[in-house]
Amino acid sequence: MKALDRKLLRDLWHMRGQAVAIAAVIAGGLATLVMSLSTYDSLLTTRDRFYREYRFAQVFTSLKRAPEAVAGRLREIPGVERLETRVVAVVKLEVAGFDDPVTGVLSSVPDIGAPLLNSLHMKRGRWLTPYSGDEVIVSDTFADAHGLHPGDRIHAVINGKRKALTLVGVALSPEYVYQIAPGAMFPDFKRYGVLWMGRHALAAAYDMDGAFNSVSLTLASDRHSPHGDERAVIARLDTQLAPYGGIGAYARRDQFSNRFLSEELKQLQTMATVFPAIFLGVAAFLLNVVVTRLIATQREQIAILKAFGYAHASIGWHYVKLVMGIALLGVAGGVALGVWFGLGLSGVYMELYRFPYLEYVLQPNVVLIALAVTGIAALSGTLLSVGRAMRLPPAEGMRAETPEVYRATLLERMGLQRWFNQPSRMVLRHIERRPLKSLLTVFGIACAGGLMMVGNYQRGAIDFMVDVQFRQAAREDLAVTFIEPSSGRALHELAQLPGVRHVEGFRDVAANLRFGHYHYRSAVYGIQPEGRLHRSLDSELRPVRVPADGIVLTDHLANNILHVKPGDLLTVEVLEGRRQTLRVPVLGITKQYLGVSAYMRQDSLNTLLREGNVVSGAYLSHDPGVETALYARLHERPRVLGMVDHAAAIKSFYATLGEFVLFFNMVATLLAATIAFGVVYNSARIALSERGRELASLRVLGFTHGEIAYILLGELALLTLAAIPLGFLVGAGLCGILVLAFESDLYRLPLVLEPYNFALAATVVAVSALVSGLLVWRQLGRLDLVGVLKTRE
Amino acid sequence: MGELEVHALRGIDLELRAGELIVLLGPSGSGKSTLLNILGGLDTPTAGEVRYLEQMLSGADEDELTRFRRDHVGFVFQFYNLIPSLTAKENVAAVTEIAVAPMRPEEALALVGLGERLDHFPAQLSGGEQQRVAIARAIAKNPAVLLCDEPTGALDSATGVIVLEALEKVNRELGTLTVLITHNAGIADMADRVIRLSDGRIVEERRNQTKRPARELSW
Repeated sequence: MKALDRKLLRDLWHMRGQAVAIAAVIAGGLATLVMSLSTYDSLLTTRDRFYREYRFAQVFTSLKRAPEAVAGRLREIPGVERLETRVVAVVKLEVAGFDDPVTGVLSSVPDIGAPLLNSLHMKRGRWLTPYSGDEVIVSDTFADAHGLHPGDRIHAVINGKRKALTLVGVALSPEYVYQIAPGAMFPDFKRYGVLWMGRHALAAAYDMDGAFNSVSLTLASDRHSPHGDERAVIARLDTQLAPYGGIGAYARRDQFSNRFLSEELKQLQTMATVFPAIFLGVAAFLLNVVVTRLIATQREQIAILKAFGYAHASIGWHYVKLVMGIALLGVAGGVALGVWFGLGLSGVYMELYRFPYLEYVLQPNVVLIALAVTGIAALSGTLLSVGRAMRLPPAEGMRAETPEVYRATLLERMGLQRWFNQPSRMVLRHIERRPLKSLLTVFGIACAGGLMMVGNYQRGAIDFMVDVQFRQAAREDLAVTFIEPSSGRALHELAQLPGVRHVEGFRDVAANLRFGHYHYRSAVYGIQPEGRLHRSLDSELRPVRVPADGIVLTDHLANNILHVKPGDLLTVEVLEGRRQTLRVPVLGITKQYLGVSAYMRQDSLNTLLREGNVVSGAYLSHDPGVETALYARLHERPRVLGMVDHAAAIKSFYATLGEFVLFFNMVATLLAATIAFGVVYNSARIALSERGRELASLRVLGFTHGEIAYILLGELALLTLAAIPLGFLVGAGLCGILVLAFESDLYRLPLVLEPYNFALAATVVAVSALVSGLLVWRQLGRLDLVGVLKTRE
Repeated sequence: MGELEVHALRGIDLELRAGELIVLLGPSGSGKSTLLNILGGLDTPTAGEVRYLEQMLSGADEDELTRFRRDHVGFVFQFYNLIPSLTAKENVAAVTEIAVAPMRPEEALALVGLGERLDHFPAQLSGGEQQRVAIARAIAKNPAVLLCDEPTGALDSATGVIVLEALEKVNRELGTLTVLITHNAGIADMADRVIRLSDGRIVEERRNQTKRPARELSW
């Protein structure tokens, strides 16, 4: 081993504390990158494989009822590769020992053999016996939520008839990776389940013998259209099925589970870009600062090496190796930590999205990005600093640096001088002497504090979002959906039920909203103009009256999706019934954080649809404690199809998304705290190496350990104090960036910063400073007093 | 490689009196710095006794030694070791602020001939001026002992003489026991007593019958 390399190892060992702290900063930034990107890649790979292996369809449509003979004509539509018809029924389910309303989707599978499309991955149990009359396979989420096992029995109310079903298998489907009840905001695995039943038995129970009400198909791809001619197929499908009550075919990207999953993956991709960019950016900046200062302390050694005759290149290489040694430690730690967190995060996602397996992928380019960012940040800092030291002639480098030119600080010149003793003047002047360095330190600590806020603000934002959605906008206890649009008189019956306080009818209709070349497939909700339960809110979150003869859109839908403003005429293509195309003026914008909606007055919507007082369902509020009895009464009513219990919805939301947020918070907080500590400790440690001699001189002159600590740590304390409020600003800014980046149809995070966000950031920074201070305090005790008598710097 | 016990000093028996100007001579490695460190309370001997008036310095703990240095010892370093962020006056004040009965910083600086350069920062002073600030800083607390480790080592001869004159004046006017380490035998002539060390032992101890004033020295 060459002498220079031995020096390298010794130097590294000597500065091990600092090296570990720098590596921690790198590791913190990289772990975020690796965690996010590997989770994203893994979920994407897993999804694609699942879709491919289980033949997920590309176009879907439902209709009222068509005879099976129609299917033959549909298969002849050019561009259709494989097409399968099904019977799909929304039913009420009864699980022994569970009184709450449960909605189920019963989907038919061929009586013999596996489905052509949307096949099932059997998790437990077995496939259905051919032509069995009562066997079902249930979705694993539902089975797990209720502890159901093959052999158990449940009941379903199909078309008003109660039928006993035997569970024979538990399965996963590419069609229901994300399972959410129609009209619900969040998944609720206890109150919504998907079941698969033999076609023959289901058709018999649902009066669909020799008929179908659901179609799914895949597209033939050729040279000209690698993804198939989707639009043409959809248009032909709609034309052919219109007489049978078709409600408009849609492509895979609009399929509910897939859209949710895509949105979520898009969010994750944003997170995998924005978070690491912030974390890594801050880490790279800190690395650069720390390395620059570290090399600056080696000035004399560089001069000596030069005097020995070492070439510039070999001295530069020596320090590059030193810094790379530290950086590689950080990269290794960051990648390992990132993979560990990535596995954890993927696991949390797997709870929410049901895939049969997880294909964990760590793409080499993720590691390459990690290496490149770290390398550039470390190298630029090193070379800049080494270059500066090397430009000096050796003799000058070895001479003591001429004392730096100081002057009285602004505060002192303002006449406050007499209030400061000499140590305080040293602190102030040292800060003011190198304003850029002080500023960088402050900014570095502020960034670390800001990261803490980024890691933590989501919790409060989600609380706020839920509060607005469920306590101010949708305040009903229960939303009841009817089997089909019904007369407004049905509301009176509901109002008569014991315990019901208030009933508000609503009409909703599936529709495609179009403005220019922008369009969005959703529903139009007709609500009561002065509803007490379901209200729309203005930008200040005050309830507003929905105006007559026009439509009100969620801000995100209006501004970012359709690009309409109040006064514009929106085209509404109704996808059910007579399938009218209507022109409706946009009359207002409402604030909504969860989902996007289009609202009208119910009576205006009825008029547009040329129908009387027709409702699709009702919002209910009820007395506390009557739930069980009320659910039972509602359950008995054949007209009532499903119910969504809001309290349960909120609870299940926190149980699922909450877990994810908690996990993410924990990781982000941990990494941010690591970075905070790394920065503060390095600042203190480098300050010590820069000023050790000065402090030792004072020790010799009779200053106590505490007195010199005051000079060094006083500076650190002042800088930390300045950094905390700046960190609040940085944090708020970073959260603002996140809010913008995370905007999606599913939700828009409000920028709500709670006092605890600030408190936590300040606390972590302060504790990091305190711990660093204590470590440096110990090192101050080991200052070489005798050495300073003899040596110059 | 086994540990080899090396004694920096052996069999030293020495009594220093108030007002004396002592020059400690010896080549490097002779133990003169170790002796100075022990005298200044920076180090304690592994065996033997060191006494300042009634106070036992051998066996004192870190806090007691700091206290001793703070109250009774003035140090002048070869490389001045001024605080670059403090002016000449403030460098002196840094010490007087923690001393028991100090003189005013201006007084101390006037004593070393720097009454005019109070508000200059170290960067604005020459080497000789910086060393004189260091002397002013060392004497401003009215120490009982002034310890100077090669105070002229980094200076040219003419500037060195000016610094020695300042030390001479302090010794004469304040009666401070001054111990001056040097390997420069030419300086020995200004001492009351010259002690020569070699290999950790005192090999010669002589009293100058006539002290030569610093201004007549040269090397």
